Amino acid sequence: MKSIYDNEMELDFLSKSNNEAFARITVAAFAAQLDPTIEELADIKTAVSEAVTNCIIHGYENTEGVIKIKASLLKNEIEIEISDNGKGIENVELARKPLYTTKANLERSGMGFTIMESFMDEVEIHSVVDIGTKIIMKKKIKSKQPLEEEKEEVLLKLNS
Amino acid sequence: MNSRFDKKNKVLYLQITEEIDHHSTEKIRRFMDNEITRFMPRKIVFDFSNVSFMDSAGIGLLIGRYKLIKLLGGTAEMINTNKTISKVLEMSGILKIIPLQNEENAS
Repeated sequence: MKSIYDNEMELDFLSKSNNEAFARITVAAFAAQLDPTIEELADIKTAVSEAVTNCIIHGYENTEGVIKIKASLLKNEIEIEISDNGKGIENVELARKPLYTTKANLERSGMGFTIMESFMDEVEIHSVVDIGTKIIMKKKIKSKQPLEEEKEEVLLKLNS
Repeated sequence: MNSRFDKKNKVLYLQITEEIDHHSTEKIRRFMDNEITRFMPRKIVFDFSNVSFMDSAGIGLLIGRYKLIKLLGGTAEMINTNKTISKVLEMSGILKIIPLQNEENAS
């Protein structure tokens, strides 16, 4: 299989709340290949945890379904796709708003999307009512070491 | 989960000893509500020294316990949060009602 990415992985699991920790730890272990800082890794874990929890509570409303995670690495960026075949979001704009929640009775804070958006560089929400929801998040890892291309560029400049 | 009650000052220290997410909040909530109604403290202190991870489920949990202690006429505060947890707390605006008393945050 040829891939446009440097590395890819896929994960399917049941929408059980004890899989929340499993999902965020697995994605973090995969992201570790980019040599992120502890803080960057914690950001990714938190964003994944929010998205997976949304699938469980909102997408499937605590019924059993399958959650799919696809993660891919390209250069110093990780792209994480988290999707469910649940009930979908009626109003995505409203769902994105800080403190907005449809589950206040469950002591939900309505901060899920706000956290995903501030911990990741980009967050896309694709949702169709009764079909499901897909979240695509991207984050660039600010590597401690300069990339190979950047090194070459510097060498070229020095030599010219 | 551990707790310690300072009888003289009526302060209840609630030490959380696991990652806080949607899965774990149910158990933590039951423990905390049980301890709060048992000791009827004047103040509760959430101790995060053994918590490596918390997502927004933790915010809902903290606000819920804050409402309970307020109902009982008490206050709440937090100590020993790591960098990422502090970031989640700051973002949520919860620090206005439950202040963070980390020593390094004093500056």
